Amino acid sequence: MTMQAHQASPPNPSAQTDAGPRRAPPVASTGVLGWLRANLFNTWYNTLLTALIIWLLAQVIPGLVSWLFTSAVWTAEDAGVCRAAEGACWAFVAEKWRFILFGTYPYEQHWRPTVAMLVVIVMLLASADRRFWGKPLILIWGAGLGIAALLMFGGVFGLDYVDTNRWGGLPLTLTLSVVGLALAFPLGVLLALGRTSNLPVVKALSVVYIEAIRGVPLISILFMASVMFPLFLPQGMTIDKVLRAQIGLILFAAAYLAEVVRGGLQAIPKGQYEAAEALGLSYWQRTRLIILPQAMALVIPPLVNTFIGFFKDTSLVIIIGLLDLLSTAKAALTDPAWRGFYKEAYLFIGLIYFAFCYALSRYSMYLEREFNKSRKR
Amino acid sequence: MTDRPIRRGLRMLGAAAAFTAAGLVAGTAHAGPTLDAIKQRGALQCGVNTGLPGFGNPDSQGKWTGLDVDVCRAIAAAVLGDPNKVRYTPLSAQQRLTALQSGEIDVLSRNTTWTLTRDAQGMDFAPVVYYDGQGLMIRKDLGVTSAKQLDGATVCVQPGTTTELNLADYFRANGMQFKPVVIEALDELNAAFFAGRCDVLTTDISGLAGIRASVAPNPDDYVILPEVLSKEPLAPVVRHGDDQWFDIVKWTVYAMIEAEEYGVTSQNVDEKAKSDNPSVQRLLGAQPGMGTALGLDDQWAYRIVKQVGNYGEVFERNIGADTPLKLERGLNALWTNGGLMYGMPIR
Amino acid sequence: MAQATEARSPVRTGPPKRGISLNDPMVRSVLWQILTAGLVGLIAWYLISNTMENLARQSISSGYDFLDRPAGFQIGEQLVAYGPADSYARAFLVGLLNTLKVAAIGIVLATILGTLVGIARLSTNWLVAKLSAGFVEMIRNVPLLLQLFLWYGLLTEGLPGPRQAMEPVPGVFLSNRGLKIPGPAEDPAWFWIMAAFGVGVLATILLSRWNRARQQRTGQVLPMGWIGTGLVVGLPLLVLIAFGGAALDMPALQGFNFTGGLTLTPEFAALLFGLVVYTSAFIAEIVRSGILAVSHGQTEAARALGLSEGKVLRLVVLPQALRVIIPPTTSQYLNLTKNSSLAVAIGYPDFVSVANTTINQTGQAIEGVASIMAVFLTISLALSFLMNWYNTRIALKER
Repeated sequence: MTMQAHQASPPNPSAQTDAGPRRAPPVASTGVLGWLRANLFNTWYNTLLTALIIWLLAQVIPGLVSWLFTSAVWTAEDAGVCRAAEGACWAFVAEKWRFILFGTYPYEQHWRPTVAMLVVIVMLLASADRRFWGKPLILIWGAGLGIAALLMFGGVFGLDYVDTNRWGGLPLTLTLSVVGLALAFPLGVLLALGRTSNLPVVKALSVVYIEAIRGVPLISILFMASVMFPLFLPQGMTIDKVLRAQIGLILFAAAYLAEVVRGGLQAIPKGQYEAAEALGLSYWQRTRLIILPQAMALVIPPLVNTFIGFFKDTSLVIIIGLLDLLSTAKAALTDPAWRGFYKEAYLFIGLIYFAFCYALSRYSMYLEREFNKSRKR
Repeated sequence: MTDRPIRRGLRMLGAAAAFTAAGLVAGTAHAGPTLDAIKQRGALQCGVNTGLPGFGNPDSQGKWTGLDVDVCRAIAAAVLGDPNKVRYTPLSAQQRLTALQSGEIDVLSRNTTWTLTRDAQGMDFAPVVYYDGQGLMIRKDLGVTSAKQLDGATVCVQPGTTTELNLADYFRANGMQFKPVVIEALDELNAAFFAGRCDVLTTDISGLAGIRASVAPNPDDYVILPEVLSKEPLAPVVRHGDDQWFDIVKWTVYAMIEAEEYGVTSQNVDEKAKSDNPSVQRLLGAQPGMGTALGLDDQWAYRIVKQVGNYGEVFERNIGADTPLKLERGLNALWTNGGLMYGMPIR
Repeated sequence: MAQATEARSPVRTGPPKRGISLNDPMVRSVLWQILTAGLVGLIAWYLISNTMENLARQSISSGYDFLDRPAGFQIGEQLVAYGPADSYARAFLVGLLNTLKVAAIGIVLATILGTLVGIARLSTNWLVAKLSAGFVEMIRNVPLLLQLFLWYGLLTEGLPGPRQAMEPVPGVFLSNRGLKIPGPAEDPAWFWIMAAFGVGVLATILLSRWNRARQQRTGQVLPMGWIGTGLVVGLPLLVLIAFGGAALDMPALQGFNFTGGLTLTPEFAALLFGLVVYTSAFIAEIVRSGILAVSHGQTEAARALGLSEGKVLRLVVLPQALRVIIPPTTSQYLNLTKNSSLAVAIGYPDFVSVANTTINQTGQAIEGVASIMAVFLTISLALSFLMNWYNTRIALKER
């Protein structure tokens, strides 16, 4: 296979060797033909590969399209129609989509989690705009999370109070990941500072914590949160189940964020530390005014990547019985009337997860490009 | 325990500061008066299954349904006067007992088998709401007629339950080998069985019947073998140490059974309240004294029957002949019909 | 939390300080640390005392006594003999070996697949590049657990039952009970074949070292690829022919299932596919960026020397890219190992799944979770240590 570092440019047509009878090609297709030659048929094995892939695609795609669209059932009164059909049963999703999205949240109140989710998404979009970075962002997050919480919980302004036991689906997934990130972030920064500090005890504690958390699977931390937390508390004190999982996720995410932030701290030139010290700033002033702002700017792309991973990882709460997006899809499959449409259910929520993660990963790439621009100058 | 106005104020604060809502960390002063805590909260906290058809699973609108769920609703009707004042906590097999012990829920109604170890480890079992036994289901065309012929079979089983241990015990006792396929989620397990991943599916017979009726591509292709591997008395559970609360849960179940025995249904409960039968009068509060003995009002059982139904109604509604599960009453018929359901006298 | 000591400040030249003042950075740093340690200790003490109290109340005895008790449950896949009458400790061992098995095989396969996809992303063939990019994006942005459920569903629903098993080659059966292949039966020939294989591997290693030394001296090269293959495959084959064949344990349908031979169960396969595909997407990205990090001048120079494309990749680009690739790949290996704990969701009896069942049966939640954490920490540390050792070996030696 040949390597390339730059996008192959279409070769000069006049320089082409004679591949076939010489005819003046129609002008319009020169580009296309040239492109094809350069990108698909430039060597014998690339030609072979191309042929092989096209053959494979021809094998797979018609069947897939037929299953997904042409012979799929889009609406049906009951599952019988679906079972008789050849294709996918989107009627299942049509029947269950509200349950999959919102879980056991009161059915007539679904507008609340919808609005709350929109607020969170708008908040995330605002965070993506670099003009808001800094102080305004903290305000945006505070307000956004506050409004979302108000809508989800209710209990004021004539909204019925909804217990977290009834939360589910996408709002819960978003809650766990967004709130988890918001709260894990300061903890992660503290841990990173602890790990880079000169105080042996603080450093040791931070290192032990970070490495211990990073060395064990998230499942075991969630087990701990769900099975052991109740034992840690005095008798009669209970923590809400969602909050327990949330705490577990925060403790988990903090360790990973700490390592990302530490990378940024170590990338700051020594001169910055020394200059800040020379100005007579105290440790906290130095950190807050000089070091952290620079370190943060360096690690934003890896932070976004950590967040993507974290968002996906929330799906593990299914194992401790929370009804997040993945669990509601599975719970929808337990309905005796609609059994066995697992492909449709998984595709549906797979698409939702994909939409969020893909958007985030594109954004992360864009940021990397932006930052590199300024450095190249 | 904070009182309501304060908690509401806190909740407003919580709305402003997201997750610090006081509704999330609740202190129940001590394990004593569960009843007071429930009244103060205005809702019963009930632990249910994450999804077992007929016993506890959410419908398309996200409402909880099932026999276990109706037990919770009956308790709420007796205590709070409204069967809808229940907060359901879906629990996995692994978390259920921890959740109960830590005070996260007031009662666990989640097809839990009454065993000595559980009873000794700080739990109290209310009367059995469903007498079950562990069974084995297998494809008909394998030609197996008895569990004794299962040497070398692959068996689908859920982990962390008494089912898994009984299965191993049974095969060992009969000198047979088997390969387990252990999957936590019931729907995943069923899917694996019907896809032919295992020869045998084992769980409670009620579950098997339900699964055969509702999940099997063709129910007639499967048989449930005659052997019953174990006794599985399924009952609601409460924490040890609050006898008054234990009594309320206990007698809620008995009231449902008694109501069926005297022919009191949710339809005719208002006429029956005028009946001359002293037993019925005591049950429905026409003769006072029963509810107050429990620390409730005298209309407690009337509300259970009126708002939720008697045991027979609840059975038929969730798992009876007209449901996809099509379960026979069998052991769960009243004692007068040769079953084991025997309500203690309410007097 | 932390107050840096004046480590970088110049040495004090003034008179030595008398007494203890809060302005003395040394004193302050000591105070800070005592405070932090005290706080952490207090929290720990609080949690532990609550736990003790709760355990006493629920009459759960703590400690690892349960390990000697018979487990009572059966485990579906085992590398060592195990039955329900064996102890919990034995069950733990079975689970641990299953975890190690899936992690080890997964790491090897994910590395191979990831490298291939990473190189494919840089292919000049537009179709290959775009398809592999699409693959990477699709796999990376969907939770692994969801992928595992889908794999498992496809494997169990998509394959026929044992009595309708597909038999592509005689003795090889593919059904929803898994893939059955003939295994070695009791036969002395097998021992000698293994020995011959060992000799072949050893000879190849020694020969390639000698070959490299000779290349340094004379510039002549033996076709090591062919010779190595010949030794590793040829020697055992010769032994096989000498013995006139070796006995095979053929799988056969007996009653409910296939007996004999070697098995790849659907649970193991689904977990392995899931882990390999998921991790390979991340490794592909690492490989791609590693290759791009090698400056273009290097490839051009190598081509100018007249090396073939394959050699350019093998001798010039990859060795240099490795330095960029190894550290992030280490963390992917760790992720794969930790992710193997998701086996609990699809029924592969790994360590977490066995520990989970044990927690349920005994009520020893603390001991169970602690065991899981200890096992994975140990594996993680061992793996990190290995990879770091390898990393220092290939690190740039600046002469």
